[in-house]
Amino acid sequence: MILGYAGKFLEVDLSTKNVKETKFSDDVLREYIGGRGLAAKILWDRLGSKWSETNPLEPENILLFLTGPLTGFFPGGRTCVSGKSPQSNGVVGSTVAGEFGVELKCAGYDGIIVAGASEEPVYLFVKDSEVEIRKANNIWGEDAKQTVSKITKECRELLKKRFPRKGEWKEPAILYIGPAGENKVRTAVVAAKWTHAAGYGGYGAVMGSKKLKAVAVKGTGPLPEVADLQNVKKLMQSVCKDVYENELWRRWGTGAAGYEVGAKTSSEPIRNWQEEWHDEKSFGVDQFENRVWVKPYWGDFGCPTTCLKIAVIKTGKFKGAITDNPDYELQAYLGTNLGIFTPEENVFLASLIDDLGLCGIQTGNVLGFAAELFQRGILTKEDLDGLELRWGNTEAFATLARKIAFREGIGNLLAEGTYRAALKIGETKKRDLLTYAVQSKGIGIGAHGIRSGKDYPETYSYACSVQGGDHTSTACLPLHDFRSELIMTFNDSAVYCYFNIFGIPRNLKFEFYKAVTGIELTQEEWLNTKALRILQLQRAMLLLGGPDLKWNPKIHDVNPPRFYEPLPSGPYKGKTIDKTEVEKEIAKYYEAVGWDENGIPKTETLKKLGLDNVDKALERLR
Amino acid sequence: MPTKKEPIWIARDLAKCSGCRKCEIACSLFHEKRIWPEASRIRVFMLVPGLDFPHFCTQCEDYPCVEACPVKALSISKETGAVLVDEDKCVGCGRCIDACPGRIPHMHPTENYILICDLCKGNPQCVKVCQEGGWNVLKKVSRKEQAYKLYARKPEEITRDLAVKIYGEQGEKLL
Repeated sequence: MILGYAGKFLEVDLSTKNVKETKFSDDVLREYIGGRGLAAKILWDRLGSKWSETNPLEPENILLFLTGPLTGFFPGGRTCVSGKSPQSNGVVGSTVAGEFGVELKCAGYDGIIVAGASEEPVYLFVKDSEVEIRKANNIWGEDAKQTVSKITKECRELLKKRFPRKGEWKEPAILYIGPAGENKVRTAVVAAKWTHAAGYGGYGAVMGSKKLKAVAVKGTGPLPEVADLQNVKKLMQSVCKDVYENELWRRWGTGAAGYEVGAKTSSEPIRNWQEEWHDEKSFGVDQFENRVWVKPYWGDFGCPTTCLKIAVIKTGKFKGAITDNPDYELQAYLGTNLGIFTPEENVFLASLIDDLGLCGIQTGNVLGFAAELFQRGILTKEDLDGLELRWGNTEAFATLARKIAFREGIGNLLAEGTYRAALKIGETKKRDLLTYAVQSKGIGIGAHGIRSGKDYPETYSYACSVQGGDHTSTACLPLHDFRSELIMTFNDSAVYCYFNIFGIPRNLKFEFYKAVTGIELTQEEWLNTKALRILQLQRAMLLLGGPDLKWNPKIHDVNPPRFYEPLPSGPYKGKTIDKTEVEKEIAKYYEAVGWDENGIPKTETLKKLGLDNVDKALERLR
Repeated sequence: MPTKKEPIWIARDLAKCSGCRKCEIACSLFHEKRIWPEASRIRVFMLVPGLDFPHFCTQCEDYPCVEACPVKALSISKETGAVLVDEDKCVGCGRCIDACPGRIPHMHPTENYILICDLCKGNPQCVKVCQEGGWNVLKKVSRKEQAYKLYARKPEEITRDLAVKIYGEQGEKLL
């Protein structure tokens, strides 16, 4: 058995209520590590032969909650959520911060594999090796805050009753969905701790389709044994030391960017990306810090950065709103992208999005899309159930977010996410509305634009990524670049927070992996074999797609049309990207990762990686 | 900074706790040679998100836990003032938990003895990591004649106070 792993996985079939333990061979764990990589492997092995027919929102989909060998050891604990994505119809390794992964490993499991679907709402309670599928009828329908509160109370009472001499029980770690997930909204998240979310992929909808309201875990054991404890301690310390030097990163988190990415790099979504520049000092990090942050540092297991902050609105119209920071992505998508430039309104919307269990990025993307259609008179007030969806109209956006979460009226269409909504609304309006959809492969693009050329993604990053618009998984050359999707795949497979690796020596994460598992891994080996193999699996499942949508690289490995419009304002006014140049870059990227000129993984690439059956499955696409 | 031989106390500023749980990691690594949150003598509770706080022994002036132990497994360290557990003598009856106004002692997850902060012989590891990161929730100070017992409170009580402090008037509703 490889060190650093708990050594077994939990398998739960919600249709049959059957619970069992399963193991993966050392070879599989060595090649696919955990988290995102292992998710790709499990999904391919179990669903690959019927991938295109598998509906992500039907019981046949598999939902995964996976840790990695570094979870709990590398500072900044996370958990990877995956399955067939109802956004891209491919596989997204979507990670969420918190103690869930640590509790799970302490309970003796490296992950949970959920198949089937329950008829009645349920939640899963794992206390070490005791696993229970519990009724959730009294929690179904509740928002994030009530869900966390009720499950925390119920589980602690159960523990107290069963182990009366133990003393006070701490809370279990909980992953849950809000009403949006229950209603199978494609922009629904799997959430933790009110404000944390695995957003990309839309796995909240998958949980909802399985009638699984939450998973609560209490593990009382230690984290697994490691190969070299002294070295693990040393490496933990060295990651922390580096982070402690970075005072403003800790103090502001990504929150400095709400102003900066607009004003300086000019790559922030504003009014559905019609602009990417603003100089609104009202949205500066100092305003957030001084007006709404009540807790300067908030973080998750082992984190030296604690880049989160608690924001509370204590006075005025939006009194009572609670969320974290918001971080940059939500400042942008629930702020500037909707024409909103004040901390209070931004915090209010972020708080509501948390409560509903929606993804701030994906929902902000579709809200912005709808508002632009309103601006252009394509969607009328009547179409919008009477809403005046003007830029900056925070209350109208809040109402629409609720409609999306509950699939009411126009919300039912927008609940399908930007791409699908554009197709459906386009059909009735008899217009091509994809012009206004800023997404890739059904996934709204993260809040980092490519037109100014000053932000980190490349012009082809979103077009080629196996996770579509996901800004935490950007395609990039050279493949060993720290922004490269292949490097990011390591963070999400070993499962820890990549916000703690900025500035540390590049090889440290591989040294860390060795200190925990005892396995030597070089960056070269990672890139040329393991990461590349995971990438091919993800690419294959993305292209096989279905059943409602399929992607053809020739048509869909592109940037949204908006990115070819010149920037209308700011220091980079007039700047845009050149389609022919982008196409050349895409061709180079295909070549580098072993895809043919049509973007399909080549036979030789797949055979070299031992993926012969993937090659066979892709035959019909060639 | 207290000198080595002097009894010490860990001053605590609970509302500042970031919830990073580095104290749990440091404590369990020191005492158990593993990362083991449930075996840590200091435990971070988060009964409501955002209201994280460390829960650990405050060394009451009258040491009710020591008093309550039927097998004399608990004693008071002359050097530090900490409550020391004789793991061989402890029968895991849990009377010290009931005697503690904060219900702070808790059973070791796999062994049959109680866990109580021993102040790491005067060099508390939790304080070290909390200070390194600049959170300053925990601070080592000299022990004086003060009412430390005030700090022995149950997790629910602490949570209720922090809820009001941090979330304002809606705080109580969030419990």
